[in-house]
Amino acid sequence: MHETSEHAVHQHAPPTSFIRKHIFSLDHKVIGKQYYGLALLAVFIGMVLSWLMRIHLAWPTWPIPGLDKLSAVGAPAGVMTPEYYLSLMTMHGTIMVFFVLTNAPFAAFGNYFLPIQIGAEDMAFPRFNMMSFWTTFTAFLVMIAAFFVTDGPPISGWTAYAPLSAVGKDAGPGLAMGQNLWAISIAIFCIGSLLGALNFIATTLDLRTKGMSLSRMPYSTWAWFVTAVISLLAFAVLLPACILLILDRTAGTSFFIPSGLVLSDRLQPHAGGSVLLWQHLFWFFGHPEVYIAILPSIGIVCHILPVFARKPLLGPRATIGCMIAIGFLSYMVWGHHMFVSGMNPFSANLFSVPTLIITIPATILTLLLIGTVYGAKMRFTTPALFCLGFISVFISGGISGFFLAQPSLDTYLHATYFVVAHFHFVMAVASIFGVFAATYFWFPKMYGRMMSDTLGKWHFWLTFIGVYCIFMPMHYLGLAGNVRRYSAFVDDYLIALIPVHKFITIAALATGAAQLIFLFNLIWSRFRGPIAPDNPWEGTSLEWSTTSPPPFDNFGGRHMVVYQGPNEYGVEGTANDYVMQTSPEKIVTG
Amino acid sequence: MSESEMALSAGQSGHGAFMEPSPYGIQSKKLTMWLFIISDAVTFGAILMVFSYLRAGTPNWNAPFRFSPSIINGMVMTFVLLTSSLTMLGAVEAAKAGRKAASLKWLGGTVLLGTLFAVLHIREWFHMFDEGWRLFQNPTGGPVIFGAAFFSITGLHLMHVISGVIALIVIAIGYSTDWLDANHVETTGLYWHFVDLVWMFVFPLVYLMNASR
Amino acid sequence: MGKLFAAVVFVITLISVAIFVMHTWWLPIDISTTGPAVDRQMNDTMIGTGILFLAGQLVLGVFVWGSSSRKSGRKIRIFPGGATPLVTAAIILVGLEILTLTFVGSKAWGAIYLTPPAANSLRVDVQAEQFAFYFRYPGPDGQFGGLHPDKIDDGSGNYFGLDPANDIAARDDIVVGSLVVPVNRPVELTLHSKDVGHSFYVRELRVQQDFVPGLDIPLHFTATQTGKFEIVCTQLCGLGHYNMKAYLEVMPEDQWEQWLKSQAGQ
Ligand code: HEM
Ligand SMILES: [Cu+2]
Ligand SMILES: [Cu+2]
Repeated sequence: MHETSEHAVHQHAPPTSFIRKHIFSLDHKVIGKQYYGLALLAVFIGMVLSWLMRIHLAWPTWPIPGLDKLSAVGAPAGVMTPEYYLSLMTMHGTIMVFFVLTNAPFAAFGNYFLPIQIGAEDMAFPRFNMMSFWTTFTAFLVMIAAFFVTDGPPISGWTAYAPLSAVGKDAGPGLAMGQNLWAISIAIFCIGSLLGALNFIATTLDLRTKGMSLSRMPYSTWAWFVTAVISLLAFAVLLPACILLILDRTAGTSFFIPSGLVLSDRLQPHAGGSVLLWQHLFWFFGHPEVYIAILPSIGIVCHILPVFARKPLLGPRATIGCMIAIGFLSYMVWGHHMFVSGMNPFSANLFSVPTLIITIPATILTLLLIGTVYGAKMRFTTPALFCLGFISVFISGGISGFFLAQPSLDTYLHATYFVVAHFHFVMAVASIFGVFAATYFWFPKMYGRMMSDTLGKWHFWLTFIGVYCIFMPMHYLGLAGNVRRYSAFVDDYLIALIPVHKFITIAALATGAAQLIFLFNLIWSRFRGPIAPDNPWEGTSLEWSTTSPPPFDNFGGRHMVVYQGPNEYGVEGTANDYVMQTSPEKIVTG
Repeated sequence: MSESEMALSAGQSGHGAFMEPSPYGIQSKKLTMWLFIISDAVTFGAILMVFSYLRAGTPNWNAPFRFSPSIINGMVMTFVLLTSSLTMLGAVEAAKAGRKAASLKWLGGTVLLGTLFAVLHIREWFHMFDEGWRLFQNPTGGPVIFGAAFFSITGLHLMHVISGVIALIVIAIGYSTDWLDANHVETTGLYWHFVDLVWMFVFPLVYLMNASR
Repeated sequence: MGKLFAAVVFVITLISVAIFVMHTWWLPIDISTTGPAVDRQMNDTMIGTGILFLAGQLVLGVFVWGSSSRKSGRKIRIFPGGATPLVTAAIILVGLEILTLTFVGSKAWGAIYLTPPAANSLRVDVQAEQFAFYFRYPGPDGQFGGLHPDKIDDGSGNYFGLDPANDIAARDDIVVGSLVVPVNRPVELTLHSKDVGHSFYVRELRVQQDFVPGLDIPLHFTATQTGKFEIVCTQLCGLGHYNMKAYLEVMPEDQWEQWLKSQAGQ
């Protein structure tokens, strides 16, 4: 009907200049890889930061070689100061949550595979797409710049609670320029994410190829779609919150600062704001954010597991229903982060109930995944192992949620390592396992070469055992009352727990080292891996109906027509045990 | 993100025989505008919540505005903006019916009214600056938070109006040179009505509820 | 490979559970009247979720084990009954668990946060600042002096911002660095913050409550055992957060009276 000239160009002539092809590319596949590269860089930085923190926690007096080069003030002679610990902790949390968990499973793989999985040539708005990435990249640069300002990155944690984050340099080191950069970076990040979310939703709704009805979309596409909807609303709240924070910090307003505060012996010139207001705004975004981090990985696992189980996912409708239910409920529970924050204690019950209710769809998803494994003919490839590992760590992380969702237990467990264990299992590790599964699974499609399965398996086993050694003991620490966000344990009570911290640190260093296997595998396979066939795993969805890697317009000018759902594995009476989505074959169900 | 960027970005809207029909039967661009509006409404919702929350938590809130001139001025602004929605409606109807010249005239009217709104608004701001209002100062002796909230909320809205006016100009030029079509006019119309709608929340909350007598 | 996976999951699960069951690291003793309800709730939740955890991991292991069987000609099998029994089971089991936990747990919560303090409570004001706690007793007149943030001066020990020159009630207020309370007598705290957010956490009391700048937050408890316990800050408050602590000293009533007299005499 109506084709813009630009669209036509896109269809026929891929750009040839290096810059248009690899840097300012409009191709969703290149943008997806750019997001992946950014997430890889970010996770590397975030992991090194966690090592530094862990070493300091276990052996606070050990000098870390080279750390004084990064910050002579923060780590004189390589021994970090308490404030530098908090700076690194803030950067670790922020980089991991925003630049790794929001980027890798959602923006990176979503960009690459969502259009392909629905049979589209590109995203609905390629130019927006490019802008999203470069906006996000700018946010990353601004965030990293905080390392290089005079008194270092902010020390207020990834949650940036006011008034610590709002009053400026009187509150402590890192809270002047460092905190400004933090707030600006997050505001920019919000814009990038909002642009991305618009694009994902419009693409999913409007660019599906013939026959790709909503109910035939792969689960990963569903998850990206639901995640985009959550992002669209969540970042729309964080954006104004960050802008108000910036105003408080630079323009003298007092949205988050009450009157009568005395910091650094100075009565602060602010009045009338509310500290809890920041917490409400932040967590109204923050809780949905944790689902932004985990839902894409759930979708990815639901997509990949059946391929290797050689049988359909159990309860496809229930799965999608649960994803939607989780997305919806995620907006009603933000107060569970604020049980002891001083908000009205009656509301604790109001927030506790929906929080516990969320465990129902989460439990259903887990049970359906376990049920899918039942009676399967499992092919134990690396991506399959990461999917199974995902189920295990998701159970482990979900269980502790039952504790934290109850106000009466949160009075004891809040702000202890129990919380650190909980969110690392359920959000960090689970989501990263999804990303690993996705990487091993889709690498052949993205680069046309297979990754080494042997190295992959070593990577899996070391990581799987490693994360349990790191994060399971944190539950015990939390139960014993070990407070988090402490840069050293000097209380009589906490000193007794330091041996556990030493164990965790050793495990963290070993597990971190195991990631080098992954990095090596990634780089080596990119250049030396065996050439991948078009459909190495015998999958059904559309990405396996095109070449590895796909041509510029994804299907080489062909228009795909879809006849099946994505779930046709273990089908009897067919040539193979599966039916591609593009195959017009009739399936006789017995 | 301004309207013009949306208009400039290349969208694929071809729903030929090769595509599933869009569930809403509208262009991608228009769908995206709706999505943007939802998201932006949440942003405005958040900032209006901030205002209400702070107001509820401030015991001695005084009403800094008096009927004349603030409310009268606000009512004129409201009237201008409402009228601009009507002219926008005219532009969209005309564009849909293919009456390009008429549509362009209506668009021109909308641009003028939008500009008038912005001018009235900025004039009011300068009056308030003269009286001693700042982001962190309240010359009436009431809560200082009012200045901060007032300027941020109306500032955010004003920013939307100004980018809307710029978008309308770009669209009008594009439409007159056949670079853009009636759909672009319609999509921009959605945005313009949204900006108008937001004002219908801002005006009572920020002006009327803070007026003495 | 499937058997290996199952074995690893079994081992991890059993070790993890064993350490929980053996209470190798556990909550310290409880010294409050509201604590037993929290501990009971903790135990119930531990048992309920422990069973879920064990069942989930073990069943996963067993299924993975089964799915690795290489018997030739084996066909895939669908979970008996499909998704419906699992969905129903999840809704009923988790639903029941939620109902009980909420019902029982909200009582434990209510006892701490939703019941008014007893009328004969000892009232103590707490001021938190970067990076210390200060406690204020009303003195012989039973009245607290007013607070004036502009008068706060750590140099001269005026941590609360009292104005004894103009405020009679403030003159006999006792300000100390430890929370000293008589055993078995209800204590009613009012938490103020001088600068940023802090939190009041005594593990043995099973309570945690943030200090919110700009608000006066009430909190009450009754200690049932004498002894000295740590009060630590659990809300990130700046570089000295890790080292922000004070002591809760619970004394027999007569000893406490003496302590108070000696403080008032100073
Ligand atoms: C290599 C594995 C990792 C280790 C050893 C590790 C370790 C830590 C440590 C020691 C802390 C500070 C705890 C405290 O002092 O309260 C922390 C905080 C945090 N971590 Fe990790 N982490 C790892 C991976 C991740 C990942 C993948 C994520 C992604 C979500 C993540 C997200 C966070 C967040 C959000 C915080 C809270 C920061 C804050 O308190 O503001 N971590 N982590
Ligand atoms: Cu949450
Ligand atoms: Cu603290």
